[in-house]
Amino acid sequence: MSTISTSRRMNATPLLQLEHISLSFKGVKAITDISFSVNEGEICALIGPNGAGKSSLLNVINGVYQPDQGTICYAGASRHRMRPHDAAVQGIARTFQNIALFKGMSVLDNVLTGRNLHQRSSWVEQAFNVGRAPDEATEQRRKAEQVIEFLRIQPWRHQLVGNLPYGLQKRVELARALAAEPRLLLLDEPMAGMNRQEKDDMSRFILDTQREFGTTIVLIEHDIGVVMNLSQHVVVLDYGKKIGDGTPEQVRVNPDVIAAYLGTTH
Amino acid sequence: MLYRESGQFVTSYRADQRVFRLWQERWGLALLLAVAFVMVPFIANDYWFSAILIPFLVLSLAGLGLNLLTGYAGQLSLGSAAFMAVGAFAAYNFHLRIEGMPFLLSFVFGGLAAAGVGVIFGLPSLRIKGFYLLVSTLAAQFFVQWVLTNFSWFSNNSSSGVITAPQLIIAGHDFSTPLGRYLLTLGIVAALTVLALSIVRSALGRNWMAVRDMDTAAAVIGISIARTKLVAFAVSSFFLGIAGSLWAFTYLGTVEPHGFDLTRSFQILFIIIIGGLGSVLGNFLGAAFIVLLPILLSNISNNLLAGAIDPGQLENIQKIIFGALIIFFLIKEPDGLARIWQSLKRRARVWPLRF
Repeated sequence: MSTISTSRRMNATPLLQLEHISLSFKGVKAITDISFSVNEGEICALIGPNGAGKSSLLNVINGVYQPDQGTICYAGASRHRMRPHDAAVQGIARTFQNIALFKGMSVLDNVLTGRNLHQRSSWVEQAFNVGRAPDEATEQRRKAEQVIEFLRIQPWRHQLVGNLPYGLQKRVELARALAAEPRLLLLDEPMAGMNRQEKDDMSRFILDTQREFGTTIVLIEHDIGVVMNLSQHVVVLDYGKKIGDGTPEQVRVNPDVIAAYLGTTH
Repeated sequence: MLYRESGQFVTSYRADQRVFRLWQERWGLALLLAVAFVMVPFIANDYWFSAILIPFLVLSLAGLGLNLLTGYAGQLSLGSAAFMAVGAFAAYNFHLRIEGMPFLLSFVFGGLAAAGVGVIFGLPSLRIKGFYLLVSTLAAQFFVQWVLTNFSWFSNNSSSGVITAPQLIIAGHDFSTPLGRYLLTLGIVAALTVLALSIVRSALGRNWMAVRDMDTAAAVIGISIARTKLVAFAVSSFFLGIAGSLWAFTYLGTVEPHGFDLTRSFQILFIIIIGGLGSVLGNFLGAAFIVLLPILLSNISNNLLAGAIDPGQLENIQKIIFGALIIFFLIKEPDGLARIWQSLKRRARVWPLRF
């Protein structure tokens, strides 16, 4: 098993490497000494029971939480912690478990906000709509429309996101993240609360993203069926520790993973 | 039937991003401006200009300034009158102390001074939110008034702290008549309203709304929260500073620091709450409500009930009715008068059908 895993890793260069990451909240350990790496261009799934530390790990990767120990190596640079702004500048985009859209804005405006870091004009130019601002506004709109078309949300582009159904809101959030043209995309339960049809659509969008833009994707998902079909790499967490790491086939037969999910006979 | 986009196709993103996309909107606006600039000067009298139209326009502008900060960027503030005072006193001093400073330019510098002060009193917003921020902006309110009262340099050593408007002469034209002051105010307010519409549709306005709606997500997208908030304070205070200059020079003529007290800040806050947070039009509706309704009530009651009720009581009754109307509107339409306009537009779109 380890030989297969090694050979897989030697084929591609890792984009993200976590080394010995630990995180605790006021003494309660959320993550203990977790290391794994994500290769450029792969879809990596984080799975595990509730409270295993999956979301915390995503928050460490893009700087919302600061780890107690360990290093984050991203795109060749190694650091103790990320800051959310740095992470965004470095091309890390994400979606949230509880949708974090800007509810008072239209779908289009939400997607345009995702292009924030591609703005070159100063705020004075934007306010007076002079200089670089008008051309840039048109250019950003064109890019935003490409994402809107890619995710098939054209009919709703002028609606307030707060009024849209749940499944669509999830899709808009993905659109906002994709508008940033990220190199690494973190998806926190992109299919939570969806029905079969919506899950299929979302899986298709995630696969298309990987294929068309070559984006590296780390996602958290509870639906094992979806995970096995979607990802090339699965990392299993339980009680803040890593208990499995490998291809879906390897993880499926890993006794620790089976024990964590199904329990063992004693 | 009356108001819809049927038959009006846009073929470029630039056309789609215009502020007024439909010909109905563009003609409506042209008509409104024509009425305000051309027709009103013929039909209104001096009382209307000085007591109703000018304060209505100035308070609309002040509401617009606060709405950019509170309605769009989500930062609460009770320092609006302080920023107006800074604008007025700064414009007064720029005009007084710099030889040959054109009148309008001193307004702009007054606004910039207010923007600077706004940024300083906006610094607490980097650490605290909501009602706590509201309380910290009270510091601006008291501090500015204290400085302007205690250091007579700001009022050119006038013993009572009163400043008097200089002659309103722009490019050789005298704007000192009520009509002139009305046109001057209208011109400035119209120009700044266009600027505000452009701001709230720009990337800057989107960043403000992003910070307002969900600041964690905004930070993850790469929006600099601190910068965005401070720019909001600066731009908002710039608008308020200009409104303060207008309040002092085109409306009152003479003003003391006490004219910009906490009551004024509350008045502006009520304007945007009644008018609608996060709306440009709402400020005008809210200001109309706050300025015009008391006058209307007083005229009605004086004509209908004069003699029947003691005048002192009558005044109290007016206040009670005014308060009751505010409560009524806020219950019926918590999102403000601007929302009523929105739903009217939606109705007009499908009229004569209902849905």
